[in-house]
Amino acid sequence: MKLTRRTFFKVNAIGAVTLAAGASATSAATAAASTDTVGVLVDTTRCVGCRACEAACAEANGLPEPDQSGDVPGAAPRQTSEKQWTAVRRYDTRHGEVFVKTQCMHCVQPACVAGCLTRALERQDNGAVTWNGDRCMGCRFCMIACPFDVPKFEYQSWNPRIQKCRLCVDRLREGESPACVEVCPAEALTFGKRSALLELARQRIYQNPGAYVPHVYGEDEVGGTGWLYISRVPFEELGFRMDLGTTAVPETTRDFLTAVPLVLVAGPAMLLALRRASAEKERAELPVAGGARRRFPVGEEI
Amino acid sequence: MDARPSAQTPPVTQSKWAFLRGELRPKGKVLTAFNVLTIPILVAAAVILYFRFTRGLGAVTNLDQNFPWGLWIGLDVMTGVAFAGGAYVLCFLVYVLRLEQYHPIVRVTVLNGFLSYVFYAGALLLDLGRPWHVVNPIIGNSFGLTAVLFLVAWHFMLYMLAELVEFSPAIAEWLDLRRVHRMLSSLTVGAVVLGITLSTLHQSALGALFLVAENKIHPLWYSELIPVLFFVSSIFAGLAMVIFEGSISHRVFYDRVGPALRARHDEIVFGLARIAGGAMFVYLFLQLLAFVHGQNWVHLTGRWGAWYVFEIVGLVAVPMMMLLVGHKHRNMTLVRVASLVTMLGVVVNRLNVSIIAFKWYAPRHYVPSWMEVVVTAAVISAELWVFRWIVRRMPVLGFEPAWAKPAGREAADEMVARTM
Repeated sequence: MKLTRRTFFKVNAIGAVTLAAGASATSAATAAASTDTVGVLVDTTRCVGCRACEAACAEANGLPEPDQSGDVPGAAPRQTSEKQWTAVRRYDTRHGEVFVKTQCMHCVQPACVAGCLTRALERQDNGAVTWNGDRCMGCRFCMIACPFDVPKFEYQSWNPRIQKCRLCVDRLREGESPACVEVCPAEALTFGKRSALLELARQRIYQNPGAYVPHVYGEDEVGGTGWLYISRVPFEELGFRMDLGTTAVPETTRDFLTAVPLVLVAGPAMLLALRRASAEKERAELPVAGGARRRFPVGEEI
Repeated sequence: MDARPSAQTPPVTQSKWAFLRGELRPKGKVLTAFNVLTIPILVAAAVILYFRFTRGLGAVTNLDQNFPWGLWIGLDVMTGVAFAGGAYVLCFLVYVLRLEQYHPIVRVTVLNGFLSYVFYAGALLLDLGRPWHVVNPIIGNSFGLTAVLFLVAWHFMLYMLAELVEFSPAIAEWLDLRRVHRMLSSLTVGAVVLGITLSTLHQSALGALFLVAENKIHPLWYSELIPVLFFVSSIFAGLAMVIFEGSISHRVFYDRVGPALRARHDEIVFGLARIAGGAMFVYLFLQLLAFVHGQNWVHLTGRWGAWYVFEIVGLVAVPMMMLLVGHKHRNMTLVRVASLVTMLGVVVNRLNVSIIAFKWYAPRHYVPSWMEVVVTAAVISAELWVFRWIVRRMPVLGFEPAWAKPAGREAADEMVARTM
């Protein structure tokens, strides 16, 4: 991404906010939650289920050829895995079969990034959420935290990696679009600025009455995601979780993290004060040793 | 006065190295039931861990993409750290509130806490996919300041140091290092104050980890109060562990228990039982608050509802009553049974939050493999081996050398022994 004046100011603003937050651990991910990043709009009414995107993804990212067998109606929906970063699912609905491409949603305020203690998961300036193997210690908390269960772990390796879509971040730096978007023959995928994609999504919904449910999935879910979906069928029938709410996941731990430095500073002071207070009492009681309250002088060591 | 040579200063004719060599030899019988039971477990775990580190976690665990955390986190780390809570509670009682009657039990509790952290938090290394990067949050440019886990990592490390400092005078006494002893003893209060603060934070932080999983944990076990619940339950989990551990130690290491502890032990246990019961009352109230706040009546149906009621009533309310009644009527058996039930309740609660009620909706739920169970048993066995090694050699349960007692302490001990 070219460094424009706009991004320059943005980066500086983020820096200032982050510094102000300091070690109080106010979510840097929240501070960096610029929404004018890139994303992809998925129009499920256009997807024909050819799965060219799966193959292109595997090729662009050096993954094994995706397993395209086993997609019989009624069976469990196909899942992304540690060998496959994107998977097209098929649903039989009252409007016929609908295909849904799944991959990392590239959240605006990602739970995985906020939860990662080594910053192995990072949200790039352009909005891509990526994994850095030099930092990751393999604790798998990202998998606990991710509301979409996206990060996958290589359980069969002595040197395991977290595997997930990285929005072809290297291709984006070259000015290209993600491999899946480029290969899509049905124009079901549109790459662009998130704000522009939201406009486009609304435009399609308004201009085609009855063709879409009035909802852009990802506009508000968990504080907004980079990948946005529109559909003719209600999203709950397409395996989307509708119970995630609109609050960004990192917000759930914000209060706790704010309390930490306070406790860390006030705690020892209060404990020492309490100890001092108990000492006064002790001295007053000492003369009655052997009486009702048997106490003896305090040794400092255990 | 019991005068075992190992508890005393080494004879002057012996060099330090000869003394240390002698201490390395086993004390006591080699063919005990404990050894016969644990040695095969340790050997089996070594083989299992070889495969774990050469072929990956999937080779020995039942973890999968849906259940990234299993027994090694849920039991070893989440529960083991709660049971280590006795150390900060006892330090608070003795060094902050100066309730001197609990002093004789502090050292063994701190040792237990320290070893719990070393082994149970250390078991984390077995679970980490890339354990060689474990130092990343401590050094380098990888400070994940927004992560609760970052806080947990730092606090674990600092707290282990604090506990080592708290225990270190015992090591100095063992090695007859009098000047070092004086220096280390002067650090105790600082370490205690820092240690209590760190414990408050990381015990609750273990709960705060699950705040992000609001949509994955069954509503009966998810609430915004999880951090507070984890902290409060660590108080009675730790105290129940102290009571349980004490009842065993006093049989196994009877000759190592000094007169002060021997005289006061029952009083200490009854006192702790009451404190644990009080903490459990607070905990129950908080659980009620979470229940009402979460409007959880609708969830109180079926097997999950029954399991929840069993945990709260059967494994918290009932042992709470048993502890309080046991304290009132000076019933040692009741208190010991109650502490066992209390510990079981904490195990069930931690497993519920981290594993059992996690992704309760999943069609295929995680169940640990037998290899995960063996490794967990081996971690516990290893901790007990080290604990035994130290208790048999260092003045942990009493018999501090005379030079190590502060002025006035000896007279006080005598006074206690006389009045008992």
